[in-house]
Amino acid sequence: MSLNNPFKTVLFGFAFSPTLKINIMETSRIAHFFGAKLILLHVGSKSDQKERQIHEILSHVEHKNLEISIEWKTGKPDEVLLETCQSSGIDLLILGALQHENLYQFYVGSIARKLTRKVCCSVLLLIKPSKERVPCKHVVVNGLEDQETPFAISNAFYVSHALGAKQLTIVEEIRQKEIAVNIEDDKSLKRVTILKEKLKNREDSRIRKILKSIPKEYLKDLKIKTQSIFGKRGYSIGHYAEVVRADLLVMNAPKKTGVLDRIFPHDIEYILSDLPTDLLIVRKTN
Amino acid sequence: MTPKTNHNNTIIKELPKNFFSGFVVSLIALPLGLGLAIASDAPPISGIIAAIVGGVVVAILGGSHVTITGPGNGLVIVLLGAITTLGAGDLYQGYLFTLAAIVISGILMLLLGFLKMGRLADFFPASAIEGMLAAIGWGIFAKQFHIMIGHNNEHGSIVKLLAQIPNGLVDLIQNGSIEEMVAAGIGIISLLIMIFYSKLRNPYFQLIPAPMWILILSVGFSYSFGWLRLPFPMDSSYLISIPENVLSNLAFPDFSKILQTDFIVSVFAITLIASIESLLSIKAVDKLDSQSRRSNVNKDLKALGLATSLSGLVGGLNVVTVIARSSVNVNNGATNRSANLFHASFLVVFILLFQEQLKKIPLAALAAILVYTGYKLATPKTFRKVAKIGKEQIVIFLITLLTTLFTNLITGISVGILSTMVIHMIINKSSLLFLANVFKPNVLLFQEHEEKTYYISVKYFCSFLNFYRLKNKLDAVPEDQNVIIDFSVCSFVDHTVMEGLENYMDTFSKKGGSIEIVGLDKHGADSKHPFAIRKILPLETLKPIEKYFTRRQASLKATALEYDWSYEAKKSIKTKFLSNFIFFKTREISYFYNKLIDEKDNCSVFDVEFTEGAFVAKEVVKTTIMYVALPHQLPIFSLDKEGLLERIYKLAGFKDISIKNHPDFNRRFFLSGEKKTEIQALFHDDLIFFLESNPYYHVESNGNSLLILKKERLLSVQEIKAMIYFGQQLQKLLKHSLVV
Repeated sequence: MSLNNPFKTVLFGFAFSPTLKINIMETSRIAHFFGAKLILLHVGSKSDQKERQIHEILSHVEHKNLEISIEWKTGKPDEVLLETCQSSGIDLLILGALQHENLYQFYVGSIARKLTRKVCCSVLLLIKPSKERVPCKHVVVNGLEDQETPFAISNAFYVSHALGAKQLTIVEEIRQKEIAVNIEDDKSLKRVTILKEKLKNREDSRIRKILKSIPKEYLKDLKIKTQSIFGKRGYSIGHYAEVVRADLLVMNAPKKTGVLDRIFPHDIEYILSDLPTDLLIVRKTN
Repeated sequence: MTPKTNHNNTIIKELPKNFFSGFVVSLIALPLGLGLAIASDAPPISGIIAAIVGGVVVAILGGSHVTITGPGNGLVIVLLGAITTLGAGDLYQGYLFTLAAIVISGILMLLLGFLKMGRLADFFPASAIEGMLAAIGWGIFAKQFHIMIGHNNEHGSIVKLLAQIPNGLVDLIQNGSIEEMVAAGIGIISLLIMIFYSKLRNPYFQLIPAPMWILILSVGFSYSFGWLRLPFPMDSSYLISIPENVLSNLAFPDFSKILQTDFIVSVFAITLIASIESLLSIKAVDKLDSQSRRSNVNKDLKALGLATSLSGLVGGLNVVTVIARSSVNVNNGATNRSANLFHASFLVVFILLFQEQLKKIPLAALAAILVYTGYKLATPKTFRKVAKIGKEQIVIFLITLLTTLFTNLITGISVGILSTMVIHMIINKSSLLFLANVFKPNVLLFQEHEEKTYYISVKYFCSFLNFYRLKNKLDAVPEDQNVIIDFSVCSFVDHTVMEGLENYMDTFSKKGGSIEIVGLDKHGADSKHPFAIRKILPLETLKPIEKYFTRRQASLKATALEYDWSYEAKKSIKTKFLSNFIFFKTREISYFYNKLIDEKDNCSVFDVEFTEGAFVAKEVVKTTIMYVALPHQLPIFSLDKEGLLERIYKLAGFKDISIKNHPDFNRRFFLSGEKKTEIQALFHDDLIFFLESNPYYHVESNGNSLLILKKERLLSVQEIKAMIYFGQQLQKLLKHSLVV
């Protein structure tokens, strides 16, 4: 597993909105920290005025040695973005997202959702891009029992290292399903409490195994914590990130979802509809 | 000794106690069983059958400990409705149809138990349930009042019956027959006994419960005519009727209406009310239990369902858990389910031995007992209690009460739920808050690392609609643990939740744990009542915080008294004294509040709200800190764990300082400052041992005062007390080191 720079090419799809400048400042900064090439893609027609505007903004970018290219394409935004990710070998797609979806914003939100579900690379959703650098201090990553988890955790370490975070918390979500006993009286409560303790220890040892494979240099200067939480899978980790005021949440990519999953939202869908922090969804590129 | 034999031993040892309490309960259960059956227009014996079957089945199979089961007063109105509508004029035929409905509702309850629907009662707003119970009370009162004054043939809706009460009284005085007068006399004397029973402090008189006194006296009254050889002034229509031989005269259900709509509606209504009444009673009895055990509600529901079906098959009414009889049971020292079994056995004995005597019981005497019971469900006190909580609660209460009175229970409770939802939406001026978030899992539980406290954070809103999620989490925490519930990201908390949490707090504190609520200080409330609705105010800064006193604030005040400190809830923006701490260099303090001040030692503890970052990335944080002003100068230093805040201190020109011969301390703590030697001198051995052996706090000195900080969230009162202790010890040790 190579951890050396998993994100070599970063794609950002932009629109000419009032937040454009802030978005570009933020994405260029992230690309710089990752040592990546940044591709800016606009879905829509190209005009001189638009071009002037974007170049004006780019002249303000702090990191001058960053490799930036601008592409103009036409078509449906989500399809074009998906297609570009495939064809240009993108490692990371950055999307601006709204923190809370309401009915009016649902359409916008649904593009981000659709992309997150279908795209072939990792996705970074930004909820509060800023012009000035806001240091990323605390990263939270999921520690679900899943074959993708070691990859997500190693990516989280890479990102924490690249962004200079101080703390990384690995959150183990213990699912209600695993606690097969129903709490009905004092006796069953006692049984469940013991069972939970066992599960917690099991999870902890699993995480420790994963940690062994992380390069030493990434562990330096980083406080690592594990935390078991009890709640709904996928959702509670977002709530946790909000409570501890994390700056970035790293999650596994959702598995291919069927029709039923969309009717009954679960896992990542909850977080997408109510983003607590910036969110990095890690997916292996094939 | 194995636990098993130990368990059996205690059961045997406690048998006499339960035998006695079972006996006392049966004394009440007998008149109540007869009365509730009559109130439902069913044969009197059906109430006793329900109590006997219920007592036996639930005692053997139930999941609760000290509950008593039998016919319930909540069901009177529903059963009465079923018997009248299904019978279409023929009361006895209606009773047989209703028995079939009871059998089926028992099966449904059994299913509810298997589906683990013990949670069912959690979905009803507290005030709506209060309203429904009050309506039931009025219903019982309205019908029984007429019987109490000798008018046996008044029929009609609850409202009509209530309206007829004055007329009935006038009619009785103007042209009542002798029979009616005698009945009314017995009724009114009985009512007076019920009312004044608790006021008479004679221990011998109190040995027998009031309802039993009424039976004894009224039966004695009719026997006295026999002894005096006088004709008895009332014919059998004023007395209860009990079949000659109870066992050979059982009634059996008639299932022929099973597919008709009104039958299905009745089954539905009976099941709903029976389940709610039982579930609420079980919860309430758990609170009374001296050993504060937790009942297995699902198991109990199954047992109640089975008991109901069996009771219905042999002509008995529904079996539900009843609160009044259960509390008598607990008060008389019951410790386990055998009391319920004994209560049933005594009823069998009474029915078999005293058949003749029971037939002499006047209806008016039983009606008086029920009038009192009905009144108890809807006293003016109930109204005042609800009104105190808030205007919206009394509205919900009255809507439910009136709808139930004018229509029926099912419509009443549904309208109650709907109106609660609408009122919540109006209060929040948003329906989206509820519609968008009702299905989202809004509760997060985790155990914090150092102190093992359970931390629960609730998002969006918390009302009767989703209280079960919070309950599920709380139920999973052992009651001897400490829990902190944080509502600071939750914009609305309703009365049902506040009241429910209060119950949890009681249970936890009984078993040695605690629950504390934080983060409600920003929420506005309509009244000062602890159960009042709380919602985040958008313009909260405009209003003084002390107007909405939270429980946490009340207990802070108590803490201040305890320590002989003073307490000030008011917000203050005079935060300058904090700004020269490095910790607040990059944080902007908005205000502090909830201040506890110790004048003597110059210490204070307060909540402070500050913001981190700027513009879009700005975050509002609230935390509790302790501030200790020192009488002497101290080197500037900061003591932190593993260098979390290292960066800021580096910027401030601080250097990492290690203390000689304390490798463990150096590894665990990050001590930094400018004046290395002075700081090293300050940290003497005692101080280091103290720091190593105590929970971790962030400590910072700005030269003449200390800042002590635990977590970046508000602390519970318990945690504040611990922090005060830590701060005071630290202050002493620092003084000491300067003297040295």
